[in-house]
Amino acid sequence: MPAPIRLRELIRTIRTARTQAEEREMIQKECAAIRSSFREEDNTYRCRNVAKLLYMHMLGYPAHFGQLECLKLIASQKFTDKRIGYLGAMLLLDERQDVHLLMTNCIKNDLNHSTQYVQGLSLCTLGCMGSSEMCRDLAGEVEKLLKTSNSYLRKKAALCAVHVIRKVPELMEMFLPATKNLLSEKNHGVLHTSVVLLTEMCERSPDMLSHFRKLVPQLVRILKNLIMSGYSPEHDVSGISDPFLQVRILRLLRILGKGDDDSSEAMNDILAQVATNTETSKNVGNAILYETVLTIMDIKSESGLRVLAINILGRFLLNNDKNIRYVALTSLLKTVQTDHNAVQRHRSTIVDCLKDLDVSIKRRAMELSFALVNGNNIRGMMKELLYFLDSCDPDFKADCASGIFLAAEKYAPSKRWHIDTVMRVLTTAGSYVRDDSVPNLIQLITNSVEMHAYTVQRLYKALLDDISQQPLVQVASWCIGEYGDLLVSGQCEEEEPIQVSEDEVLDVLEGLLVSNLSTPVTRAYSLTAIMKLSTRFSSVNRIKKVVSIYGSSIDVELQQRAVEYNALFKKYDHMRPALLERMPIMEKTATNGPTDIAQTNGETDSTILDTKHLPSITQPASQANDLLDLLGGNDVVPVIQTTVPTKPASAGGELLDLLGDLSLTGIPPMTAYNKNGLKIEFTFERSNPSPNIAVITIHATNSTEADMTEFVFQAAVPKTFQLQLLSPSSNVVPALNQGSVTQVIRVLNPQKQQLRMRIKLTYTHKGSPVQDLAEVNNFPPQSWQ
Amino acid sequence: MMHFLLLFSRQGKLRLQKWFLPLPERERKKIVKDMTTMVLARKPRTCNFLHWKDLKIVYKRYASLYFCCALENQDNELMALETLHRYVELLDKYFGNVCELDIIFNFEKAYFILDELLMGGEIQETSKLSIVKSIEASDMLQETEQKRRSEHPSSSEIIQNTTCF
Repeated sequence: MPAPIRLRELIRTIRTARTQAEEREMIQKECAAIRSSFREEDNTYRCRNVAKLLYMHMLGYPAHFGQLECLKLIASQKFTDKRIGYLGAMLLLDERQDVHLLMTNCIKNDLNHSTQYVQGLSLCTLGCMGSSEMCRDLAGEVEKLLKTSNSYLRKKAALCAVHVIRKVPELMEMFLPATKNLLSEKNHGVLHTSVVLLTEMCERSPDMLSHFRKLVPQLVRILKNLIMSGYSPEHDVSGISDPFLQVRILRLLRILGKGDDDSSEAMNDILAQVATNTETSKNVGNAILYETVLTIMDIKSESGLRVLAINILGRFLLNNDKNIRYVALTSLLKTVQTDHNAVQRHRSTIVDCLKDLDVSIKRRAMELSFALVNGNNIRGMMKELLYFLDSCDPDFKADCASGIFLAAEKYAPSKRWHIDTVMRVLTTAGSYVRDDSVPNLIQLITNSVEMHAYTVQRLYKALLDDISQQPLVQVASWCIGEYGDLLVSGQCEEEEPIQVSEDEVLDVLEGLLVSNLSTPVTRAYSLTAIMKLSTRFSSVNRIKKVVSIYGSSIDVELQQRAVEYNALFKKYDHMRPALLERMPIMEKTATNGPTDIAQTNGETDSTILDTKHLPSITQPASQANDLLDLLGGNDVVPVIQTTVPTKPASAGGELLDLLGDLSLTGIPPMTAYNKNGLKIEFTFERSNPSPNIAVITIHATNSTEADMTEFVFQAAVPKTFQLQLLSPSSNVVPALNQGSVTQVIRVLNPQKQQLRMRIKLTYTHKGSPVQDLAEVNNFPPQSWQ
Repeated sequence: MMHFLLLFSRQGKLRLQKWFLPLPERERKKIVKDMTTMVLARKPRTCNFLHWKDLKIVYKRYASLYFCCALENQDNELMALETLHRYVELLDKYFGNVCELDIIFNFEKAYFILDELLMGGEIQETSKLSIVKSIEASDMLQETEQKRRSEHPSSSEIIQNTTCF
């Protein structure tokens, strides 16, 4: 049998193939040759064949029949064989393969090989793709090698240990003794991998974290030496000494300093030094600065240092290098919650980034801009954001439109401005707005009573221009159906009223019904709108005709509506006016609280509150005075405790409930009270349409052996807040944590002040009454910001 | 940690793939396809960072090859660019003015060098000199082994065909 062709020869041959089919033919021929060679158990050429197989594998062809051969190569005595064998193992033999475990013994032997390069190969393979079983079996060997004096092996063993810990976290303890003097190494490779190992251990175990805090001075010293030392050719990158090691140390310091005052103070100086002395002309210097900024923001640094960090990010924003700008925007996004004012100072630069050509930068700038919008800058910011919406890529439009709606809802300076903004979004990016925005907008328009005429006029004019954007068309047809009478009578105060006749309006609506651009949903909207106009317009006959035509429409939805409306004309005409009269003010979903809160747009609107359509929320006789007496203190406001849970009064409210977004914001739960066996935990939800309201659910559990009966939970908050307690799930807290009492609290916090609460607990335990007062001050910042 | 490192040409042909996480073959192929499509679609003067699923993708083009790696959220992207650059420097030092053809015909060497720079998705050596020395020593070990065999061939070995694969 002739010797199999060499690897380079094969590569050359395959590259001459002119078509995919030709290549496939060559590969199949060679694979057949290789397979028969494997069958013959040929030791001499196994290495060559596996190498060729790996090349073909990279081209995308199957190579699984070479798996066992890799194992044989690893077991061979020849270094050449082992090199290719381990490479093949790493490419073909991940832990999902059955034969993966067969490597364990070979690796074990090679870990103790006399040649360090063989040991290196096995460490590398284990450290890249060892399975959990393999890691368990071989952890001892790795630990041994971690203590060797050979720095080549020591650094590899450290990273191998990292992999073992990632796969089998329980084995972490085992490596603890070996870490004792890792940082006293001079060799940078060992230092670097040791820092990685320490980082991994600290990230996974709070105990390890507190144990390793004592290393902070040593780390600071190493970092200082790196910065102060002269030129070292071996580790120099553009004038900076071993930036890889510097960055890893900074990252470890970040983890060690987080939440710990002493450690944070110990690293303050070095961070300031790195932040001010690092050369920023090349990417590598900026990489170090970036890591430094991240560290400063995460630890308990003094305010001067924090301002320095934000200013560095501000400088990054002006850098010519796009990567630096991108990284700055990402970091600012992370810090905007905690250091809001500092980031606000850079607002104009951030807004300029909206005009950047780079897509990634634009997206980051958009997210950051939305985070920076507040009551003071809303007008200016909205101008920029609307301009951005006009010119941005379609991928962005949906997110941008949603963001604009949210910001407008939170900070609109006036109703007119709000509606104008909404109109602008609908007309420029109407086809990209999310589906749930249509009902939200309809509700907004309904509730802005004095703007009805203006709104319907503007929407009508928009329809005349363009009927292709479905959300706009839907909102417009709904409004025309509701307020068509205002349109025709020309009552608009805000702008020049237009002259339009009933027939013209009906022409437009009928046009929507027949247009190819209208979706079935839109058609349904316009049919209903036409029907509603039958009580507002005088041309009832025309409307009757239209409705009856659609009684035989192919679209089942339209057909049903038309048939029902027809019936309304024929048999129930006396009910028609009542059924089709003006919609009442819609309240938002029940969990948002009373509608007056939803209306705070910087304008008090007494007309809305006076409307008799407002659903009533039961305001029971409060035991408020009792609470005030008991709790004393001048700054508490009595709680409003409802005895029945509030229900959404109108069907519209329930609809909005389904469509509304009530997602958990990821605010961590907290323990508010824990004494005498009674533990009360607070979990948080932010009710989305009205973010000033935090919804807290209390969970009361009892770890004693006796039940706590007649359990009553009361709460009081400072004057600037409003609080509403819903009824509890029960008033018995069962013993031994067998169950819990839950109760929902709603807190309105319009001024976004720090949430504080005083709670009073009364219950009967083992026959005797118990009463306790407590202050709750440890609310997580996200719950009130 | 780095999740994977890929090298591919401007036509989307894969030249090297290093995976630091166990993934099924089918998923690897899909990821390679996604990466090549995304990176090759990027306009010339855009930044080197992308967002893909929950990973940060860092890529850099060197002549006709794209070097692309995936990082976790807490990793430093700017430093990843330095890592890619360090790898290119090492290849350059080893092959002498490296070009794509070197990597095509000597892909196994490219892997060996990468395995001296990275392990388990992390950097294992920060000194270029040290890595170059290790590779040279390993190559020397291979050569002396082959020389020894060619000086004392066993009966089943043919001299010229054992010198290299």
